[in-house]
This record gives sequence, structure tokens and C-alpha cells, in this order.
Amino acid sequence: MDFNFLSDPKYNVLGAFWMTVQLTFWSAIGSFVLGVILAAMRVSPVPLMRGFAGGVVNVVRNIPLTLIIIMMSQVIANQLGVRLAVREAGVNPQAYLDTQNFRLAVVGFVIYTSTFVCESIRSGINTVPPGQAEAARAIGLTFSQVLGIIVLPQAIRAVVAPLGSVLIALTKNTTVAAAIGVAEAAALMNALVENEPDKLTSVFLVIAVGFIVLTLPTGLVFGSLAKRAAVKR
Amino acid sequence: MSERATVLYDIPGPKARRLNVILSVLFAIVLVALAWWVLSIVAAKNQLTAEKWSPFLQAENWTTYLLPGLWNTLQAAAISVLIALPIGALLGIARLSDHQWVRWPAGIVVEFFRSIPVLILMVFAFNLWFAIFSWSSPFAAVVIALVLYNGSVLAEVVRAGILAVPRGQTEAASAIGLRKSQTMTIILLPQAITSMLPAVVSQLVVIVKDTALGGIFVGYVELRRAAGTSASNYGNLLPTYVVIAVIYILINLALGRLSTYLERKLSSRGGTRIVIGGGDGQTDLLQARQQVMVLEEPGSATVMPTRDGYSPP
Repeated sequence: MDFNFLSDPKYNVLGAFWMTVQLTFWSAIGSFVLGVILAAMRVSPVPLMRGFAGGVVNVVRNIPLTLIIIMMSQVIANQLGVRLAVREAGVNPQAYLDTQNFRLAVVGFVIYTSTFVCESIRSGINTVPPGQAEAARAIGLTFSQVLGIIVLPQAIRAVVAPLGSVLIALTKNTTVAAAIGVAEAAALMNALVENEPDKLTSVFLVIAVGFIVLTLPTGLVFGSLAKRAAVKR
Repeated sequence: MSERATVLYDIPGPKARRLNVILSVLFAIVLVALAWWVLSIVAAKNQLTAEKWSPFLQAENWTTYLLPGLWNTLQAAAISVLIALPIGALLGIARLSDHQWVRWPAGIVVEFFRSIPVLILMVFAFNLWFAIFSWSSPFAAVVIALVLYNGSVLAEVVRAGILAVPRGQTEAASAIGLRKSQTMTIILLPQAITSMLPAVVSQLVVIVKDTALGGIFVGYVELRRAAGTSASNYGNLLPTYVVIAVIYILINLALGRLSTYLERKLSSRGGTRIVIGGGDGQTDLLQARQQVMVLEEPGSATVMPTRDGYSPP
């Protein structure tokens, strides 16, 4: 097997995986925030909010991620003219396009992944014993206090491992950003095997090992975090 | 849902009801304003005109682009799951083998293919097929990638399903003198299918969605790619993508309903519920008071604490 493409300056393997990491990082933060908001809405006393959040979750998670990402670029950006980056006159437009596509992809991942975060947290709310919420209500806390300082902290501690799974799935899903021209690992692999078809196996192994290196520690870290965070009952 | 909701807040009294109405109205105003804002942007770009939407009234658009695309999507999904199921069953049983030399390779295969993105597998399968047969087959690439990934996921489902069968069943089987293979095929597997079936059906949702990856690099003309061609023909990108999103949602909601229905029907017989955890599993653990086994990604089956304590490993 021939691994000399690793030292070829044309193919920036580390750079591509760095892009994957960046996509994952920003999308993970955004998805967590939006996911918690959606989960809070889904259990709120206001029926309209419950219905809205439930509708959003059921619609978004049933659409292929590929379609969401391609819509972000072709529909939201190109047709509706939404710009997520500043285009400066006289500067190389490629830099503007790269930033724009990166941010569009992150927004797409956040929309998609937050529905799974929401469902995980909602299942975590189920693990909190009813007595906790009842005690909180008995001492006169309002709904947002019950949720914010009693139920959600315990719920999130219970779903650390499932959230780790969501993060791993997100890491793998960032390959879809290649569809709108973000130069991450899948895009690099496709370019590599097209230009150097004889190195197919070694290219595949490098990319595969790259993803295992990214996802395996995530699983281990979240596994031990889950054990430490678990609420002893 | 309603039972759970009332744990977080009291049954609203007159004051709370008034507050809820006010919040509902405020939220409704926000939603309407948001919808109006989005629609005004869409309308300003002339996306709501009749000519953008009328192509969906033409039979030609459906027969030339959308229906063949949908057919390809469903075909790839169906064939993938049909091949992935027996492979998953074999791998899952192999992971439970008493022999280390069977257990280990099966474990490595399952963990390897579960931790690699399907798109990567697809690009590899496409190019490998071309290198071997000298002709390219996007369909084969999509099916091979989906089979490798979902076979590994289903292997975990099968393994969890078999582990969920009470130990007494195995003991009783060996007490009456059944061999290990007999125990597996006539005692454990038939019972495991009960707890597996809902998880298998909800995995179908993931498969249907993942067929759309075939349109990115390997050129499989599934629904999304077919819609892209249709949209550039009629010049109506936004309407076309909205329509196919609705198609995907309807298909997947139907599959989700089927999964819930099977679960309810089969859970009356008792037993453990298996849920595929992680980003793409249709995780819905709302019905508490049930033993739930969650398959985390990657790694072995872990057990989700339920309100009644912990379900058995």
C-alpha cells in the first residue's frame, strides 16, 4: 500500500480533519443550546409551545440531512440571498465562499442535530423521579424554576452518554458538508480517489482511521463522564 | 405525555390559566411574525408565484423526475435492509459466541463500520466496485455502504434482543438437552424478534434518509438528486425541495408510526424495549415505566436508567 499522498502538499489530510473538528465543535455547541430550548418548550405548560416544538422535532428529524444542507446552500443562500459572511470588495471571493459555506453547514447541522439533543434531554427528564418536581412545586417554585434548577440539571446528568452518541453521530454527519463544498475529510477523500485511483485502499484506511481517532475518544470520555455525572439514587 | 407534564407543574388554576393564555398569544404573535417575515422574503424573490408551483400539477414532472427518484430511494432502502438483516443477525449472534475467535472478529467488524461515516463507505464502495468490475454502479455503492453500516447497527440490535431474553430460557433449553445452535434458533431468536422489531423498523427511517447520501458523490439518482434535476429544468428550486421534504417526512412519519404500533402491540407481551441511541436513532423514551435498553454509539449495549430503577443488562 502506498501512503505517500500523506506528504503530498496538494492533499492536506490534517487540514481536512481540522475542518471536520471545527464543523463538529461549532455545531455541537449550537445544537446543545437549541436542543435544550426545544426540550424546555416541549415540556412547558403552554400548549402552543409544546405543539410547536413537537412539530419542529418531528418535521426536522425526518428530513434527510443531505437535503437540509443542500437547501441551506442552494435555497437559503443562493435563492433567498441570505448571507452569513461579509463579502469585501477586492478580496479573493473564495475566502468569502468558504466562510459562507462553513457557516451555512453549521446552521444546517445545528437545526438537524438539535432535534436529537431535544429528544435525548426529554428522555432524561423522564428519569428524574416525580418526587423531585413535586417537592420543588411544594416549596413554591415556578415552572421555569422547577425546570431550570431542579429537573433539567438532573435530566442532563442522566443523558450524558446518549448526548455523547449524538456528538459521535454529528462528527460522522459533518461529512455531508462536502455536498456544499466545505473542504472536510469526505471532500478530500473524494478528490484523492478521483486523482489517484490506485491508492483507493490506503486512502480509505487513512480517512477511516481518522474518524475512528475522532469518535473513539469521544465515546470513552463521555462514557466516563456519564459515570461520574450519574445521579446516585 | 400529559401525565408527565403534570408532574412538572400543577393543574393550572385561574391565574395560571390566564398566564398560559397570555403566553400562548404572545408566542402565537411571534410565530406569525416569523412566518410573515419568512414568507415576505420568499415572496420578494418571486418564489410564491403560480408558475413556480404549477410544475407539480404536470404529470410529466412526476413521471420523468420525482417518481423515478422516489422509486430509486425506496428500492435502495428496501434492498439494503433485506441484505443487512441477515448479515446483522449473523454478526450479532457471532458477537455472543462462546468462542473468542468468532467473537472478536465480529466485534471488530461491527465497531469499525459503525464508527465510519456512511458517505465515506459509499465513496469507497463506488471506487472499489469500479476497480474490480471496470464499470460503475452507483446503486451498488449505495447498497453496499448502507448494508455495511446498518448491518453493524442491526447486529447490535440483535445482540441486545438476544441478551434481553431471560436467562431461564437458555437454562431450560439446555435442561431439555437442546444444542447451542438449537437454543439460538428455536428458543432465543424467535423471542428476541419481539423486542427487536420496533428498533428494526425505526432503523428503516435512518436508511431512507441515508439513501440521499448517494446523490452527493457517487451519482445515484435518488429522490433528492432527481428533484435537483427537476428543479433546474423548471427553475423552481425552493418549491421542489419543499415538496420532496414533505415526501420524506410523510414516509418517515409512517415508518415511525409503524414502529410505535409494533412496540405497543408487542410490549403487551412484556419484555425489554430496545432503542438505538445517538444522533440518528429515533429515540423516544417518553413512555417510562418500561425496561429500556439503549444502544449507544459506538460500543456495547448500555442500559438506560428508567424511573423505576435500572433495567437488567
